[in-house]
Amino acid sequence: MTDGQHTFRVLRFDSADDETPAYQTYALEASPGMTVLEALLRIQAEQDGTLAFRYACRGAVCGSCAMMINGREELACRTQVRDASRQGRTVYTGSAREEVEAPGSDAQMITVEPLRNLRVIKDLVVDMEPFFDKLVAVEPWLQPEQAHPPRERRVGPGAWAEAEPYTNCILCACCHSVCPVAEQEPGYLGPAALAQHYRFLADVRDQAGEHRLALVDGDDGVNGCDFAWNCVHICPRGVPPTKGIAKTRARITRERRGDGRQ
Amino acid sequence: MPETLRHDVLIIGGGLAGLRAAVAVRDAGADVAVLSKVYSIRSHSGAAQGGVNAALGNHPDGRDDDWQRHAFDTVKGSDYLADQPSAEILAREAPERVLEMEHWGTYFSRFPDGRIAQRPFGGAGFPRTCYAADRTGHQMLHTLYQQCLKREIAFYNEWLLTQVAVHEGRVEGAVALHVPNGEARGVQADAVVVAGGGHGRIYARSTNSYINVGSATAAVFRAGVPLADMEFVQFHPTSLYRTNILITEGVRGEGGFLLNTEGERFMARYAPDAMELAPRDIVARAIQTEIREGRGFDDGYVALDVRHLGEPKIKERLPGIRQIAVDFAGVDPVERPIPVQPAQHYSMGGLACDENGETAVSGLFVVGECSCISVHGANRLGGNSLLETLVFGRRAGERAAQVASSGRAAGAETRLIQSVGEQEREIEALKERPSGERQITLRREMQATMTEHVGIFRDEAGLRTAVDRLAELRDRYGTVVLDHKGRRFNYDLVDVLELRGMLDLAQVTALGALERSECRGSHWRTDHPSRDDQRWLRHSMVSYAGTRRPEVRYKDVVITDYPPQEREY
Repeated sequence: MTDGQHTFRVLRFDSADDETPAYQTYALEASPGMTVLEALLRIQAEQDGTLAFRYACRGAVCGSCAMMINGREELACRTQVRDASRQGRTVYTGSAREEVEAPGSDAQMITVEPLRNLRVIKDLVVDMEPFFDKLVAVEPWLQPEQAHPPRERRVGPGAWAEAEPYTNCILCACCHSVCPVAEQEPGYLGPAALAQHYRFLADVRDQAGEHRLALVDGDDGVNGCDFAWNCVHICPRGVPPTKGIAKTRARITRERRGDGRQ
Repeated sequence: MPETLRHDVLIIGGGLAGLRAAVAVRDAGADVAVLSKVYSIRSHSGAAQGGVNAALGNHPDGRDDDWQRHAFDTVKGSDYLADQPSAEILAREAPERVLEMEHWGTYFSRFPDGRIAQRPFGGAGFPRTCYAADRTGHQMLHTLYQQCLKREIAFYNEWLLTQVAVHEGRVEGAVALHVPNGEARGVQADAVVVAGGGHGRIYARSTNSYINVGSATAAVFRAGVPLADMEFVQFHPTSLYRTNILITEGVRGEGGFLLNTEGERFMARYAPDAMELAPRDIVARAIQTEIREGRGFDDGYVALDVRHLGEPKIKERLPGIRQIAVDFAGVDPVERPIPVQPAQHYSMGGLACDENGETAVSGLFVVGECSCISVHGANRLGGNSLLETLVFGRRAGERAAQVASSGRAAGAETRLIQSVGEQEREIEALKERPSGERQITLRREMQATMTEHVGIFRDEAGLRTAVDRLAELRDRYGTVVLDHKGRRFNYDLVDVLELRGMLDLAQVTALGALERSECRGSHWRTDHPSRDDQRWLRHSMVSYAGTRRPEVRYKDVVITDYPPQEREY
């Protein structure tokens, strides 16, 4: 039993060469339940050892295999071939983002491209360094009053609720890829870093509130967001960056007003 | 970049053990870098779900718990193969290490009084397992990564360790392949801490990440450190049917039932007191027996039912499991039982070392799953592996920092440059090989052999078949051909280099299992169905022997406070 013959249309590119990105197609018989990651691994092992992409856990927890699948940011390990081939009739090319011809109803074509808004190094591998640099810029570590109290800090019922969703981020960069501001403004911290920023701002154990607000107060920080909400919709882990950004902005406004009155 | 890089201490592997060691080195004032074949945050530690053990006594039913009881449970769970002084260190230092993680920001779940919550886990006398919902590994890995960022620790991401450099019994650094540009480079270091994780992918069915192939373990093995107790392989009772993604023991800790096709809670026949919370080896054998005897679904799985817990509790305590079941099996546990089957999960065995992770090679440390200290013996208790990374990661890091300040031998850089040259020539020779088999063919045969013959139930005939097939595969490895001859992001080359180590580790595992004619913990011989302390209360030890078949030697278990008893649950 199989899920039938599929065509994988993969955007190939090597930043060390002068050639422009080009699609290469691979035919593969998909077994039931096969994921796009499994399909790419089979293509790499059996058909084309030069294909480059990242992966690790295959269980949607490590954040390695984020890529564009039929024009949408996905974790390849969580996306089944069967579902992907049923999806959208419109696909976009990674570089030009032009609409291409929709595949026919029986074509079962899956287009795979690298994430957007990060420099492509080779094939589906993008340069993650700027992404991680932005993360470091928001000082994503707990800054408590007392470093090592004798026991755990008590955290009462409900006190976790505000920050908890943001702790589920796996730094896959799907949100960065789908963000319209990140596309226009390379200096923008972006939804992932700002979500991690809010994770600590909302942590009841953290005491660096004022310092933290100063880190993101500006056009490269929370003021840069134009509230497209794309990141909230795309996140494979249910993290809502835009909400955190809105709350951070409100807090900055509130504290400024507070300063003015004194 | 200079021809060779240099650090006081070099850590190989960016999972929990490696990062905890890195923090310890830095806090001891030494210079440290973490080299990893993936970005640190992608490490398999992040997939750990259920929790980390520490006798905090926070649970209402656990007020009388203490570290001695934790040590005893660990030793009993190990089927008395653990070295007892090591198990005592693990349990004694647990509360401090777990509280420290809270202080650094880990989002542990809480009891209503605000203290860290604890849940029951298999083989534990008290509810002792601290957790962050069912994402404990993720939360802890991110916390330690954050602490590394704070300390500005250097990371070499996407570098594959290919060789540990040793001269006259002392470590001098490492040779690694920079995957993005395909160049081999030397890194000089006065101490090297290898935290390479597990190697579950030598099996066809494993809960492990695809990246868990044991390449760093194999490199240390080749450098002269023996492998201990490799025949002890933990098969997790509950992995998701087909994909084998882990379904945490926490599901049973929260009250989940295991059911066969007759709707029977079959654990009543195998462990009448502990039921679903018997240790992993016992539950895995029970499930496999049910499947073998025709009481499994589609002949391949049993049902893990949590519906009686109710939606609110499932959402609060097991959100990640629900997500996994929906995404990868199309099953919402609120409405239907989760289909589960046993799969390779953890290696109790590993590189032999002392209580600080130091090996037979001076300045070379090992820690985490790749090591065998030994605290897990013949069967590891759930919640003890995350703990091991913290306790022994710190100890290894502190000791490595001391060793690093003791100076270095002359001529190290020259020797390292020579080793890099040899590595480059080996890679060139691989690329020039005109024809042969692709690595995937050999890899699949190895994985099928291990799952079929070196699995939950073993016997002499099957193990002999496995040893012979693995020897044949090692011969055929010499003919493997590369499809990708380029340098940049050559994952074909990475796979080929790693396969060599996988075959070494598989061979040692199968040999150890063949020699050990008894049942102990995870090692179950159907042709020798009882434990034999007289003959086998010993660690197996195997040293690298190149292309020859290595010999299995034995070393006594260290027994102090807990005399071996029959193990009942």
